[in-house]
Amino acid sequence: MPERVVVYLRGKQIEVPAGTSAAVVAITRDVHCRTSFDGQIRAPLCGMGICFECRMKINGKPHVKSCQVICTDGIEIESDD
Amino acid sequence: MTNRRKFECDVAVIGAGPAGIAAATAAAEAGKSVVLLDDNSVPGGQVWRGGKPSDESPAAAQWLTRLQRTTARQIFGASVFQISKTRLEAETATGTIDALFETLILATGARERFLPFPGWTLPGVVGAGGLQALIKSGLPVSGKRIVIAGTGPLLVAVAAYAKQKGAIVVCIAEQTSWTKFAEFGVSALLSGQKSRQALNLLWQTHGIPHWKNSWPVAALGTTHIQAVRLSHNGKQSEIPCDYLACGFHLVPSTELAQLLGCNLKNGFVAVDEFQRTSLPGILCAGESTGIGGVEKSLLEGQIAGLVSSGQLDRARDLAPARATTQRHVNSITQAFALRKELKALPEENTLVCRCEDVAFGKLQQHSSWRTAKLQTRCGMGPCQGKVCGAAAEFLFGWKIVSIRLPAVPVSCASLATLSVGAKSETIRGGLQ
Repeated sequence: MPERVVVYLRGKQIEVPAGTSAAVVAITRDVHCRTSFDGQIRAPLCGMGICFECRMKINGKPHVKSCQVICTDGIEIESDD
Repeated sequence: MTNRRKFECDVAVIGAGPAGIAAATAAAEAGKSVVLLDDNSVPGGQVWRGGKPSDESPAAAQWLTRLQRTTARQIFGASVFQISKTRLEAETATGTIDALFETLILATGARERFLPFPGWTLPGVVGAGGLQALIKSGLPVSGKRIVIAGTGPLLVAVAAYAKQKGAIVVCIAEQTSWTKFAEFGVSALLSGQKSRQALNLLWQTHGIPHWKNSWPVAALGTTHIQAVRLSHNGKQSEIPCDYLACGFHLVPSTELAQLLGCNLKNGFVAVDEFQRTSLPGILCAGESTGIGGVEKSLLEGQIAGLVSSGQLDRARDLAPARATTQRHVNSITQAFALRKELKALPEENTLVCRCEDVAFGKLQQHSSWRTAKLQTRCGMGPCQGKVCGAAAEFLFGWKIVSIRLPAVPVSCASLATLSVGAKSETIRGGLQ
């Protein structure tokens, strides 16, 4: 397994350590995960796939729980707005 | 078209934390065909999250190795959304799983209880266990100022873990009283199993202020938390921080048991000494029967696995150890009961339901969970009330009823695989 993987966060190419979740990529780059019903920005809460606050658009698929996604090379991560 | 895989097995186990691992292992070692499912991508549950053998816990390594030696078929990234007494349906990234079983073992564990207070929806406010899970999935916390708040034994464990990872743990704010905490501490130190663990944690968190009678009143910041206002012994102070890790102990995940119609007792799945629920052929083990930690989960899992394979005598041998863990459950429950002051934390515009943005003031107008749901959509978002339900139960004393299928949000494609004639392949037994 490679030590680092290349991810695309909002189209921007960055490298992260292998084993990093998509949620953590967002947190460490100050990118919010989703925008709430009333327009508030939200970030992960439970870290274990229960609360759905971390849902993001991953590889074009919306509403994916980013805390449950371990980054693979080339993964595309965007806020779920 | 979405792929549908069909399994037929003797024993299906839902949840691959310590209880599920022990249950699947015991049943498979007795020759039963076993299917073990979990919605996480790896086994271990929350406590052994990311469970790599050789990791911190020797028990984790030992059990994971033992499980791998069995023929139990392990399916990860699978969320069970439909269940009956003989069959379950789960969604994976590539399709659906349809499993027929003789016996079902529910090992669905527990989750954190979150309570609303002003600012709790700000980025940087995470669960206590939530912070630990995020660190385990790569969150760097070295040099970060972290306040850990809420209640329960988890707070100290998370403080120790974050400190070990280089975080500056500013303080632990525990809502319970000194007296109750001391009673819990003494009972943990006196119990053989827990005493070494308790002493270790005390040593590891040495030097971190550990306040009792303390809780978060507000999280402050605009786009990220910048400080938390804590109440401590009746006085308030603002403490700058990068993260507030806040959880109010754990609540059992009982949704699947409730959907099946299993009886609950005090909010937990009711089981007898053989982990049998009120329904024949359905067993339950681990935190969903009572919050007691890893040892309890492993014991109950083993008992359930032995019972599912007809080994009642061997299950009976574990009864004395099980009784000891039950005393620990009671001691935790008493020590970390929520104080009533926490009910006064949300303001009128503080959100309770984070999925549908329903504020406390809107909910106050209702008399039950059901009417609140119907009128405000509280609990009807993607988490299906898993966060706000436990909060509403505490704040308003509402019974959280009316759990519906599908148990988790699923794609229409997955639902479509339930239709007659959908393409499927049958795999008999748990053999790999």
